[in-house]
This record gives sequence, C-alpha cells and structure tokens, in this order.
Amino acid sequence: MAKLKIHVDQDKCQGHARCKSLAPELFELDEYGNAHEIGDGTVPAGLEDKAWLAQTNCPEIAIEVTEE
Amino acid sequence: MSDVSYLPKHPPVTDWVNDFDHTDPRWTENPYPIWDELRTASPVVHTDRFLGCYMPTTYEAVREIAHDTEHFSSRRVIVRDVRPEATGVAPPITSDPPQHKPAKQLLLPPFTPDAMKKLEPRVRAICNELIDEFIADGKCDAAARYTKHVPVRAIAHMLGIPEKDSDIFIKWIHEILELGIKDDDTMMRAVHEMTEYFAGHIEQRKKHPTDDLITTLMNARDKSGQPLSDGHVLGSLRLLLIAGIDTTWSAIGASLWHLAKTPADRDRLVAEPALMPTAVEELLRAYSPVTMAREVMKETVISGCPVKPGNMVLLSFPAANRDPAVFPDADKVVIDRKENRHAAFGLGIHRCVGSNLARMEMTVALEEWLKRIPDFRLDPAGQVTWSEGTVRGPRQLPMLFGKAH
Repeated sequence: MAKLKIHVDQDKCQGHARCKSLAPELFELDEYGNAHEIGDGTVPAGLEDKAWLAQTNCPEIAIEVTEE
Repeated sequence: MSDVSYLPKHPPVTDWVNDFDHTDPRWTENPYPIWDELRTASPVVHTDRFLGCYMPTTYEAVREIAHDTEHFSSRRVIVRDVRPEATGVAPPITSDPPQHKPAKQLLLPPFTPDAMKKLEPRVRAICNELIDEFIADGKCDAAARYTKHVPVRAIAHMLGIPEKDSDIFIKWIHEILELGIKDDDTMMRAVHEMTEYFAGHIEQRKKHPTDDLITTLMNARDKSGQPLSDGHVLGSLRLLLIAGIDTTWSAIGASLWHLAKTPADRDRLVAEPALMPTAVEELLRAYSPVTMAREVMKETVISGCPVKPGNMVLLSFPAANRDPAVFPDADKVVIDRKENRHAAFGLGIHRCVGSNLARMEMTVALEEWLKRIPDFRLDPAGQVTWSEGTVRGPRQLPMLFGKAH
C-alpha cells in the first residue's frame, strides 16, 4: 500500500476540529484551536483510513492527502 | 377608501420561490419541503420582504457567500423587518476583515476542545441535577426542564455570572432573536438591559478580580498593548450569552425530539455509546439550528445568480446541510454517516467560536439523558412547538418516560 502524507492548509483551516476528533493520532490543535498535521505529516501504517476520514469530513476542505 | 392598517405585516406566503418568509408559521413548523422547493427552483432565491433579501439554497451557494467577505458584510447578522443604523456591535460575529481576526483570536483559546474537557464534569453534573428534578414524575417538558438549562448554566459558569440568573438570560434571548425580528423597541430594550447587567459585573471585577471569561476579556490587550474598549468587551459578552444559549438548547432539543420518535437510533446509541460523536455530527447536520445573515455590499454573482447591494442574505446553513448534491439521503438521519462535511457551525472566518462547547454540551446532555432515561417518547397529550426565525429548535417538548404499552 502506498504511503500517505497529510497536510493542513493554514489559509483554509478555521478550527472546526473535526480532524482532531476523528484522527487524534494524526492531527494536533494550536492555542486557537486550528489544526496541524503531527510531525511531517507521514501517516503511520494502519492509520490510512483515519487520514481519509479526516479529509472527507473537513468542512473547509483544508486537508490534503497525498500518496507517496 | 381602504384602511390597510389591519393587515398583518407578514401576509401568508403563497409563492415561496419569489416571496419566501422565514417567519411564516409553515416554515417554523417544517421548513424542509420548503427548502427543497426553493433549491429545485434556483441556487439563490429572493424575496421583497425584509426590505429585500436573498437566500442561497444549495450547499455550494451558501459556501460561496460564507467565504466571500469582499461582497458580503457581517455587520447585520439577523434578517429583520428593519435595518436601523445603530445596531449593537458584538465582535467578532458582527466584524468584517481586518477587524475580525484580532477580535476572534481573543475568544478562541478559552473554547478549544481541551478547555472544554475541563468544563465537562460541571456540565455532566448540571445534567444530572436537572434530571433529578423530574425523573420521578415519569414525564417532563424536555425543552423547559432540561435542554434549555444545560447551555445557560454552562455559559454562566464560564462567564462567571450566577447560574440562577438563567431566566432573565432566556427572556433577553427570546426578545432579541425572535421578537426582535419584527419589534425593534423590544430588541433595543433587551440589548440595553443586557449591557447594564454586564456593566455591573465588569465594575465588580474592577474591585475584585475573578477567574472567569469576563475577567479574561477585561484583561485582553490588542496588538499595541491597549485594553479593549468597554464597548468591545460588552459586545463580546452579549454575543457569548446570546450565541451560547438557545443555539445549543435547540440542538439538544431537536436531538431528543428525533430520538423520542426513532427507537432504533435510541437503542443503537444505548448499545453502542462509542457511536455518539458520529451521531452528534449527524444530528447537527440534520437539525442545524442556526441561520445567519449577511448584507450585500457590492454587486456579484453567486452560483450564476446576480446578487445586488441593498439586500440582506438569509444564510441558511441548515438548508445547505439538507442539499442532496452533497449529502446522499439528505433528509434521512443516518447516525453512522461517515462523510459529513456539514456546515452547522458555519463556514469560513465566522466559524462558530463555541462549536467545541456546543459539541461537548450536546454529547454530555444526550449521554446523561440516555443513561438515566433510555426509553422515552413524545407525549401524545402534549404539543411540540418550534422557535421562529434565526435559531430553530423545540421550545415545548413533552415527553413520557419508559416503554410504550
């Protein structure tokens, strides 16, 4: 399976925090509640479904998932 | 000679597509078929009522307007019969860029999910204190006895104002959000009373500082190190109280209303408590309580429809959330819906600052209710009534507890 990488576009994120709720292993929130990918955004094996789940639930379409 | 003074200001609607009215009793009772009719007709519809007002009917048109702060202003956030110049500002909800961002950033840290986790035990206790008061009766009006009080007490706790003042807060909110659409005097009186109330609390804190949200706002500094003006602090406090109460009251109420008449969903949530976060998002989508407003500042085109200045916009996030182009089976409540980009808390820079609070309150209020009262149904002897206008939710919700015989 291809490795996935996630990135939260800071110009689009409005802090709905859906990603953090669905995939706390992959996202963290800053002091304003805006989301950031943890580390360099590499999705550990086994968490691919959660990455896609977060992406498809973001109301601002702010999460990019790329296959490496 | 004709005397028109006896005519109601809002005659019943006969042509929804060209003359919609979100205060019409049929809209209040069941807006969903009306929205379907409007959406089928056009992505943006218009009415001459409310001095001229558009309504985007699709998710895409709502999204375009919510993201477009160049052509649409937030300075008036309620569609009303009148547009007086001096409306009370309530930053950041009534702010446009560039004033919006600094005003919003002041309010965000106290409302993060982590901050809400600290408040959660108090909210759980509030829910159980309320249930204790009526569970032995075997029935209750869940709107009057439960859903209303959870958010009032929670926001009072956060602001550091007495939970026992709840009734007066609820009166102001009814006067501003419902009566205020058609009655400017009532609205202005309520705004004035709220301002006086909070001014008193600010004065007290100048002498005796406390550890609460009012003090946080009083101590906030702008980029140049200056404290916020009293007007800004009072406006934000009015916003938090108004926005923090009947919105979540409505969302919890609509959720319980749905569960009362849908035993399969109720049983599943009791059996699978881990499903609650997903179910809460679906209930937020299907019964989104909050409709916002914008004012058109410059001519533009939305989803192919020309939009002209001088008009308001009824920004219906609830209608967007029922758009079948984005949500398959949009009119069905699917409590394990996997893909759900719902817009219940708005889209763009004005995303509800209290969304994490609302989610926590909804989750806790439903969990505690289901633990204590796993079986309940609408009382056929009573009547469910819904609020009119900007925030939609049950205001009477008579329930019977236990299995039907």
